[in-house]
Amino acid sequence: MASNAKMDRREFLGATGVLTGLLAAGSPLALLAPSRAWALDLKSLSSAEGTALMAMTRTIAPHDKLEDAAYALVVQALDAGAAADAATAGLLRDGLARLSPGFATAAESERVQALKSLDTTPFFKSVRATTLTTLYASPLAYAHFGYEGEAFSKGGYLMRGFNDLRWLPDPPLKDSGPVYTGDAH
Amino acid sequence: MANISHDDSGAVVIIGSGAGGGTLAHELTRRGIKVVLLEAGRRLTLADFSQNPGEAFGQLTWLEPRTQSGTNTVVEDYPTLPSWTAKTVGGTTVHWTAVALRAQPWEVRNRTVYGHVAGASLIDWPIDYQELVHYYERAEKRMVVTRRNGVPGLPGSNHFKVFHYGATKIGYQNVTTGYMAINSQPADGRAMCIQQGFCVQGCKTGAKWSTLYTEIPRAEATGNLDLRPECRAVRIEHGDDGHVNGVVYVDPQGQQQRQKARIVCVACNSVETSRLLLLSESARYPTGLANSSDQVGRNFCRHTGSFVWGVFDKPIEMWRGVTLGGIVLDETKHEPKRGFAGGYHLEMAALDLPSIAISGFPQDLWGRELGFVMDRYRCMAGTYVNGEDLPVATNRITLNPKVKDPFGLPVANIHIDDHPNNAAMRRHAQQQARALFEAAGATKVLMSRQTPATHNMCAARMSKDPRDGVVNAHGQAHDIPNLFVSDGAAMSTPSSANPTLTIVALALRQAEYIARQMSTRAI
Repeated sequence: MASNAKMDRREFLGATGVLTGLLAAGSPLALLAPSRAWALDLKSLSSAEGTALMAMTRTIAPHDKLEDAAYALVVQALDAGAAADAATAGLLRDGLARLSPGFATAAESERVQALKSLDTTPFFKSVRATTLTTLYASPLAYAHFGYEGEAFSKGGYLMRGFNDLRWLPDPPLKDSGPVYTGDAH
Repeated sequence: MANISHDDSGAVVIIGSGAGGGTLAHELTRRGIKVVLLEAGRRLTLADFSQNPGEAFGQLTWLEPRTQSGTNTVVEDYPTLPSWTAKTVGGTTVHWTAVALRAQPWEVRNRTVYGHVAGASLIDWPIDYQELVHYYERAEKRMVVTRRNGVPGLPGSNHFKVFHYGATKIGYQNVTTGYMAINSQPADGRAMCIQQGFCVQGCKTGAKWSTLYTEIPRAEATGNLDLRPECRAVRIEHGDDGHVNGVVYVDPQGQQQRQKARIVCVACNSVETSRLLLLSESARYPTGLANSSDQVGRNFCRHTGSFVWGVFDKPIEMWRGVTLGGIVLDETKHEPKRGFAGGYHLEMAALDLPSIAISGFPQDLWGRELGFVMDRYRCMAGTYVNGEDLPVATNRITLNPKVKDPFGLPVANIHIDDHPNNAAMRRHAQQQARALFEAAGATKVLMSRQTPATHNMCAARMSKDPRDGVVNAHGQAHDIPNLFVSDGAAMSTPSSANPTLTIVALALRQAEYIARQMSTRAI
């Protein structure tokens, strides 16, 4: 095992890739992240495979103002799945092999066409499912979509805008109900 | 809390601690009856409930494999999740949205009122509606249901303003924040609702009724309850007389145990209730317990359930406030000129991130349309369609010997071919929901297909004629007098109401019957 000590981690793990990127200056995400530069080591997929999956997740769930860092979390989850389970790795590799080498850099309309021909396959469905469960669950996405998430720790929304909508009239009290103020009895 | 020995043959063993099992346990123990309550899941506290939706799903959900078949769309859309049920002390009362609606009079006399419907296996309930109402009233007091017994309704949220405006604009008259088992003011030793949302992840204030922190601790306080969490029942046994006499279960250490019983009550939520009865086959009962009629697992109902979303151009922030806080009652009627038998509720419903994208939308939505909708998540409103589906004899829970659970036992297969009546009702409901949102100003409307069932019903149903069902009007097996079904499986037909209130009402009624039968030594 002594000789292994001289190998770097990536060599030791085999032919695996890395994805890198930079958060845009002034991005709300930059406030949450420790630094503007980010890098994602892949455990199972190559850099080319990671890049293709990144383009695929962006095509499945396109949000122009949402940065690559959020989509990289999806690639990280797909890569973790591939590293944990040979069948998942095979599903991803075989699926990616059906995309042209230029997929990652192709125009969106071409990427959409390419994916439309695959969108009933287990490969596509698996990447779509991981995209939805990962992309929309991240704090980065919460910030982007303005979703406030849990409120128990802040005392709920009762005093924080649960009924502050003003562009429609308030329903009559008989159909709604009073906000309890401690003297209902 | 009692410590009941495995050899104590005087105890009632209840399997499952949700709406049916948890309520029954309390009602029996307060009458001095010793109860062993077996629950497959863990016992959590309010502090344990995760506020991360994905994590909470993992914490509360029955995740062991189930398979499915049939022409219904859930087979294609949710291949690994045919039904969404709970595995935790408190069962589905931990993750329910707390809608506490009653079944309607015509919904317990379906065969008589709807007449013969081709392909459906309708029966009338063996219970008089007025009698059922008596137990509904007791259940509503116990659960502190809003708009009943002088309890104020919940205050309407932003989401409700949109729902109410659209619903009244298209002519609906009965649009309220609903009959909810959520405290609109402090009551029953529990807090009031702080409109935090996250009802489905477990209510961290306890404002929502759950057996986890009402019935079960009260049953423990009687000194007659022996609650055994993380104990998985795998088989119900019987003696030479054909009566059940014990339950085999796997304890938290993985050891097989045998608990003797005077009476066994099964309350594992239709799918697992059917499975356990089928798994308990023996030389005497070769097709499973209580199954001489071949009705165990059949007539499975799950409601016509799907989402409709309105996308607006102004903020709504539907996640602020109770998850399901608005109900239209106007479509709850039997009016065949609409093109289908039975009725439905439109129930305002919100979904969090990421759940809306995972289970709220059509499963083939992706690309710019998905991006457009999700970018307007703040400006969305939603409704859930909850309609009465028709029982079909071949819609059925069976054992699938090809797939085994972690205990080496065949898993449940759920077979459903959607009855055409369900499709007609769903279409009508979705068009009404579309009109509702468009009347309130929606610029786009989106519809899901059927979602995995959280309402699992009728698979071991009550029937007057033993050939039509599994249990009698008290949930007592037609074949075996000391075996009971105590959950939604016992419902004769599903009604258009979310099932929990009915399950609690039936459990209250069953508890009286069991206590009477025990005191007269009839059992």
